[in-house]
Amino acid sequence: MAMLEVKNLGISFGGLRAVNGFNITIQEGELYGLIGPNGAGKTTVFNLLTGVYKPDTGSIVLDGKDITTLHAIDISKAGIARTFQNIRLFKNMTVLDNVKTGLHNKHEYSFLAGIFHTPAYQKVEKQMNEQAMELLKVFELDQHADTLAANLPYGEQRKLEIARAMATEPKLLLLDEPAAGMNPNETQALMDMIRFVQSHFHMTILLIEHDMRLVSGICEELTVLNFGEVLAQGKTADVLHNPQVITAYLGE
Amino acid sequence: MSFLSYLINGVSLGSIYAIIALGYTMVYGIAKMLNFAHGDVIMIGAFVMLSALNTMSLPLIPAVLVAVVACTVLGVVIERVAYRPLRNAASPLAVLITAIGVSYLLQNVALLIFGANTVSFPNKITLPALSLAGGNLVISSVTIVTIVACVVIMIALLLFINKTKAGQAMLAVSEDKGAAQLMGINVDGTIALTFAIGSALAAIAGFLLFTAYPSLDPYKGAMPGIKAFVAAVFGGIGSVPGAMIGGVLLGIIEILAKAYISSQLSDAIVFGVLIVVLIVKPTGLLGKKIQEKV
Amino acid sequence: MGKKFDKTAKSNAITYGMVVVAWLVMMALQQAGMLSSSTVGLLVPVCIYSIMAVSLNLTVGILGDLSLGQAGFMCVGAFASALFTNLVQDSISFTPVRFTLAILVGALVAGVFGLLIGIPVLRLSGDYLAIVTLAFGEIIKNFLNILYVGKDSHGLHFSIKDTMSLGMEPDGVVIIKGAQGITGTSRDATFTIGIILLLISLFIVLRLIQSRDGRAIRSIRDNRIAAESIGINITKYKLLALTVSAAIAGMAGALYAHNYNSLAATSAKFGYNMSIMILVYVVLGGIGNIRGSVIAATLLYVLPEKLRFLQSYRMLIYAIVLIVVMLFSWSPKARDFRERYSLKRLIHKNTAKEAE
Repeated sequence: MAMLEVKNLGISFGGLRAVNGFNITIQEGELYGLIGPNGAGKTTVFNLLTGVYKPDTGSIVLDGKDITTLHAIDISKAGIARTFQNIRLFKNMTVLDNVKTGLHNKHEYSFLAGIFHTPAYQKVEKQMNEQAMELLKVFELDQHADTLAANLPYGEQRKLEIARAMATEPKLLLLDEPAAGMNPNETQALMDMIRFVQSHFHMTILLIEHDMRLVSGICEELTVLNFGEVLAQGKTADVLHNPQVITAYLGE
Repeated sequence: MSFLSYLINGVSLGSIYAIIALGYTMVYGIAKMLNFAHGDVIMIGAFVMLSALNTMSLPLIPAVLVAVVACTVLGVVIERVAYRPLRNAASPLAVLITAIGVSYLLQNVALLIFGANTVSFPNKITLPALSLAGGNLVISSVTIVTIVACVVIMIALLLFINKTKAGQAMLAVSEDKGAAQLMGINVDGTIALTFAIGSALAAIAGFLLFTAYPSLDPYKGAMPGIKAFVAAVFGGIGSVPGAMIGGVLLGIIEILAKAYISSQLSDAIVFGVLIVVLIVKPTGLLGKKIQEKV
Repeated sequence: MGKKFDKTAKSNAITYGMVVVAWLVMMALQQAGMLSSSTVGLLVPVCIYSIMAVSLNLTVGILGDLSLGQAGFMCVGAFASALFTNLVQDSISFTPVRFTLAILVGALVAGVFGLLIGIPVLRLSGDYLAIVTLAFGEIIKNFLNILYVGKDSHGLHFSIKDTMSLGMEPDGVVIIKGAQGITGTSRDATFTIGIILLLISLFIVLRLIQSRDGRAIRSIRDNRIAAESIGINITKYKLLALTVSAAIAGMAGALYAHNYNSLAATSAKFGYNMSIMILVYVVLGGIGNIRGSVIAATLLYVLPEKLRFLQSYRMLIYAIVLIVVMLFSWSPKARDFRERYSLKRLIHKNTAKEAE
């Protein structure tokens, strides 16, 4: 069964049709790429999928559950997590606390338990610490656990954002230009990591990317967006050789 | 008839709020800061004008001009010394607290120079009152001068912003400081000019306010300042017509509340209306909706 | 991980320890008769305004929302607790129980106000939120200034006009008298109780910050959109922070109400100027730095009192000090300057040279 099934998704801002008739089907465990020129509406699609914007038309079904009208918080609980084009970390919190905040909805204790440090608090906090450290180890961030997120190097900040998203135990991970601002070496390392996340967590991933090397290197299928509409869709190799795509993407 | 005369009084008080609110809203639009000391500049202006009238025995118009010049200089100096160094501070609260410090400073300097006693501000507007409807509706000359001054200032300001190079520079700086700088606009100069205009308006507002409500002491600028700030938020902070509409509405609400509900509760009613407006329209009546980019 | 935990625990211990030491020193000095009566008079207010600064720092520093109405919550707490004390004066004669209950009433009522005000202002942020909180504070103050409450054998009577309109029996007692407020409330507040309440406030806030709820609150401060994307309920946690903050301010209000003979909702004590004063404590003590709030509140409350010999120059000097401190500690230029000539760096430079 498909993990994500989007049909006829659309939204307008003022008079501008930012996304129109967008369809996509992503299979479980697939690594899927969403590409297109600047302003094509890629990030808008992410914002629609995560409930930041409400679509005018269409439906979003995640793992058999209709999430079209859900609030961002409930979409997170339903199992979509994301990263942002311009990194959005909790900068004044430690790396560990960033991930523990990601675990927020997986654990619970009362306000008073938190004040009086009851056994329930001790137990849950211990579990959260262990899970968070485990995730940090996977992303090789464990030695930075006590560092403020703002003080991490750029590449590590990108990794931490993915780790935080993974802490919500999503079914679908959305990555918005994860390689933006990275040099070729860092991009290579990132590709390895994305592949690792896919196999290690058996994760379904949809990523927006500009870096063609990254897209052709790891994505199994692609959708090309142009002026808010789907231009081409299918296996990566086929899509990249589509003459229409080459025109739209590379210019005349 | 009494309702009409309340209404006119409200428009008059509101015109004063509007003139003060223009100072707040322009400074906010361009420097993104709440200039808490703005109300105290009004008070300083009124004291300077009083000295010009009494000590230097100047006639009305020159005395107003002296106050305008004094406040303009004061506003520019405050911006240069206290606010500019903090323009790129890590927290926007830094400049807010400094503005509070400036407010205390102005109040206490005034206290030392002019004393703590409440003094009576003279009414030097010697024009005759307007009598309508066979004497049933009398509009004082102060009221007329205030409303006319407000309309003139509003029109002049809009012309200045839309038709002059300096005005366009202001718009550019308020839109995007960095880009304006790259376009060769003198950002520091433009911000200083904004403070100069706002402070000059404060001097005029001080003259009108204390002519209509003549008791003056070093703490009398703060509350009208706060209310004008409320008016600016009410109309949509950063918007010049918004400040005008916000000011006038606030004045009308205040006077009508005093007349028909309770004079002790009039401030509470003014603030209550503000809250309702902001809950219905979180950026004020004419404020632009800013969508955070994700 | 363990390291960080130790660091936080140590920092919190220093904060509590500092308060306890201050208490011990002041008590010892007082016993030895080395404190002037004017200094003794400052002890409880210092506790009150330290608690206020801690409560406001929860809103401003931890939740990241600017509030200019904190004095309003203090005012609510003060009136609620004083009303309670006056009502139960005869039925509960054991002071510790009565005062404890009064403090709880103050905190509870202020907390409810925090919640009620929080709900409508949730949509607002930044300067809009600031002005609305200021407006709420002023409304509360204004309303308490025209409120009359009396008690007779039929129970409580309320009016917003005057004593007469309470319509009470001849033997009825007026408790809240409009602008005059409440007079003759039992003066139960002591320095020791003030210190205990300060410690309780610190305990609640410091532990809240490090809990699951606290992480959610801090994540909203740092990045609301990212917090929402990982399923943090913004509404819930904003309201939680605002309510707790208001309740703690209510506690400070209860302490205030039981420290003076008369309680009136004046502009000087409960107006926006007081809210701003407390904000000054928070910003100078460090936004988000709870210990700093206590230190700044103490110093800045005591400073103008100790400058009284300067008479009318007192507040002038205070204003100048405030401006200079802000310029020096926040201006990017001053920051560069300090970094370039800081002691640490000079030492570092020298050792680096030696190493070459």
